[in-house]
Amino acid sequence: MAATRQIEVRDTAASSVQAMDELQDVQGEKMTLNMGPSHPATHGVLRLSLELDGEIITKADPDIGYLHRGDEKIAENMTYTQFIPYTDRLDYLAPLANNVAYSLAVEKLLGIHDKLPERCQYIRVICCELARISAHLLGIGAFAMDVGALTVFLHTFTEREKIYNLIEALTGARFTTTYTRIGGLSRDLPEGWTDELAEFIREVIVAIDDADKLLTRNKIFVDRTREIGVISREEAIDFGLTGPNLRGSNVEYDLRKAHPYLVYDELDFDVPYGEMGDCYDRYLVRMEEMRQSVRLLDQCLAKLPDGPVNVDDGKIVLPEKQKVLSSMEELIHQFMLVTQGQDAPAGEVYFGAENPKGELGFYILSRGGGVPYRLKIRAPSFVNLGILPHTLPGHMISDVVAILGSLDFVMGECDR
Amino acid sequence: MLAVTTDPSQDWLLTLFKVVCVFAVVMPMVAYSVVAERRISAWIQDRIGPNRVGIPFTNIKLLGLGQPLADGLKALVKEDFTPAHVMKVFYWMAPAIAMVPSFVVLAVVPFGSRLGEQKMVIADLDVGILFTFGVVSLGVYGIVLDGYASNSKYPFLGGIRSGAQMISYEIAMGLAVVPVFMLVGKLNLGAVIEYQADGAWLLFKQPLAFAIFLIAIFAETNRLPFDLAESETELVAGYNTEYSSMRFALFFMGEYAAMIAGSALMVVLFCGGWTLPLGDYFNMPAESLGQGLVHIAVFLAKIAVFLGLMIWVRWMLPRFRYDQLMNIGWKRFLPLSLANIILTAIVLWVLNS
Repeated sequence: MAATRQIEVRDTAASSVQAMDELQDVQGEKMTLNMGPSHPATHGVLRLSLELDGEIITKADPDIGYLHRGDEKIAENMTYTQFIPYTDRLDYLAPLANNVAYSLAVEKLLGIHDKLPERCQYIRVICCELARISAHLLGIGAFAMDVGALTVFLHTFTEREKIYNLIEALTGARFTTTYTRIGGLSRDLPEGWTDELAEFIREVIVAIDDADKLLTRNKIFVDRTREIGVISREEAIDFGLTGPNLRGSNVEYDLRKAHPYLVYDELDFDVPYGEMGDCYDRYLVRMEEMRQSVRLLDQCLAKLPDGPVNVDDGKIVLPEKQKVLSSMEELIHQFMLVTQGQDAPAGEVYFGAENPKGELGFYILSRGGGVPYRLKIRAPSFVNLGILPHTLPGHMISDVVAILGSLDFVMGECDR
Repeated sequence: MLAVTTDPSQDWLLTLFKVVCVFAVVMPMVAYSVVAERRISAWIQDRIGPNRVGIPFTNIKLLGLGQPLADGLKALVKEDFTPAHVMKVFYWMAPAIAMVPSFVVLAVVPFGSRLGEQKMVIADLDVGILFTFGVVSLGVYGIVLDGYASNSKYPFLGGIRSGAQMISYEIAMGLAVVPVFMLVGKLNLGAVIEYQADGAWLLFKQPLAFAIFLIAIFAETNRLPFDLAESETELVAGYNTEYSSMRFALFFMGEYAAMIAGSALMVVLFCGGWTLPLGDYFNMPAESLGQGLVHIAVFLAKIAVFLGLMIWVRWMLPRFRYDQLMNIGWKRFLPLSLANIILTAIVLWVLNS
């Protein structure tokens, strides 16, 4: 008997929701894991919301800004010189390099960047390279610590301590150096400092070799970092990576070679770069960069000329105190510099320096006078972190810390 | 029922006395292996380490040997905080469950030859090693339960990792020691030591088994390079993230007690237990009290060597990733230990026929 069969036609929206629910049951639930802002591996106050499928990351969402201090806005309310201490607090692992980069940017605005005395330029290169060694020692130590090798971290930290001693002798402060001035330096090298630096160079090479022995051919370390966090050449360029992270991805681009500033074009050094752009390559690049920095320091010590460290221009550099008390012109210069700042021409200028973390750029828009109308900081850590949502998915939780460690960022600079 | 050898002289009172003695020796060992860990790590890392605490209320520092007292006191007087979101009963049980098995294992380990008439083992079981594996496996419950009870994501991941890790390495560990018992012919740990007297240590006869067992012990005790359950740079503090005060200290003590138990097993199974290949005085069961004490000292010294090794390794190596660890356990050690069993069987068969 052919009877009509009743077919239940369900609401399509409801059925698709039900289908989704069933699919969810098959796929399993995903877990959201909040990593940071106070997590041992996020190097400061980075927060990552990770979506996990088991231990595999399906989505990563970095949340930055926990260390935002409004540096760029602060800069608009003070003279160029007054802002130098704030640059210490950008990449606080390499404050000397920040000082140099900022001063060079302002000097470019003032049009005196090619009038800097030789000695000043060499000392600034020494500062930059010391800062680079210091930052990379910490970067590699922290990277090793993130993958579980705590000992390397403490050994590299011992070496950084020596750098801090040098910096203290040089600037009077260990951490917040504020060493450069617009048009020169706050003071010349102290007596005997170059000998101490030469001794440090000998010691740090040994320490770099020690770290090398502990990590480079360590099977566990290589397994943890090889083919992890691969950033291809194209991706690295697309995401605007700079510094060791870019060079790790097989891009031979170093501002010290591409757009030489200071006396880098007179010095002999190589730019290391990696092959496939994984964590291990970035590690190797940093290792080699430290060796190259040592080479640069050696050359600077050999070539270091005598002479003044400041440009000879009373409208830019503070005069000697003795002259201020005895001469009318110097007194006026002193008064104008302290109250008004350097009288910069109207215009805009961008200067990027090869800092340990990448290209630290300062864009200054001036409408004349001693205060910038707008100062924009291109922070390498901020740009480098942008690749995280792209790179992290597909990796495991343990790889997150390896990738974060290999990207070697500083939140002080990222959040500004 | 477990088959306890019916030695008439071994009544329960003496057994209880031995339990107390073993406990009295192991607890300080746990405390001092923590100090050793801190001092050795400091030495490796170019630091000084704890060297201040000596005898309380005096100026005597004793190279920091009073540190365990200070550590223990600190753990006791810290606020014992129970987060609101935990499952209280399990949360309270977990540290105890994590700690107890490590101590129970020591019950079957012969830590000396004899003192007078007494065999220096708490329970001279004929199935000693089976008992050991059975009890060691219980340790995982403490950590898994903790990950579950903490009701928090990082401990949860730590607990899951630890569960998977300990189960997979137990299999490799169990299979690794099978050749040992094929050679010895008995499961009693005392018999294993007798077999190894006069220097025929199984370490040399079964190097592969020893290597697998050693690495598996690292994994079992959750030590670096296998400390995935805790991995402080990934999971904050792993399974003990939500713990504080003495409960945290219990996990800590459990870890060190497990290290001691693991070392003791390695010494017994592969390094001749209390014997030394230096003549009958060190190889035959003791006849005088002094000789018995010397044997115990030899045993403790061997344990100390292994503890030193474990501490040294911890501070030298990075940590594996979770999937790498499972690969090593299942894809390398399992086939290797099976191959080792077959190889041993063939060699024994050839020799006996």
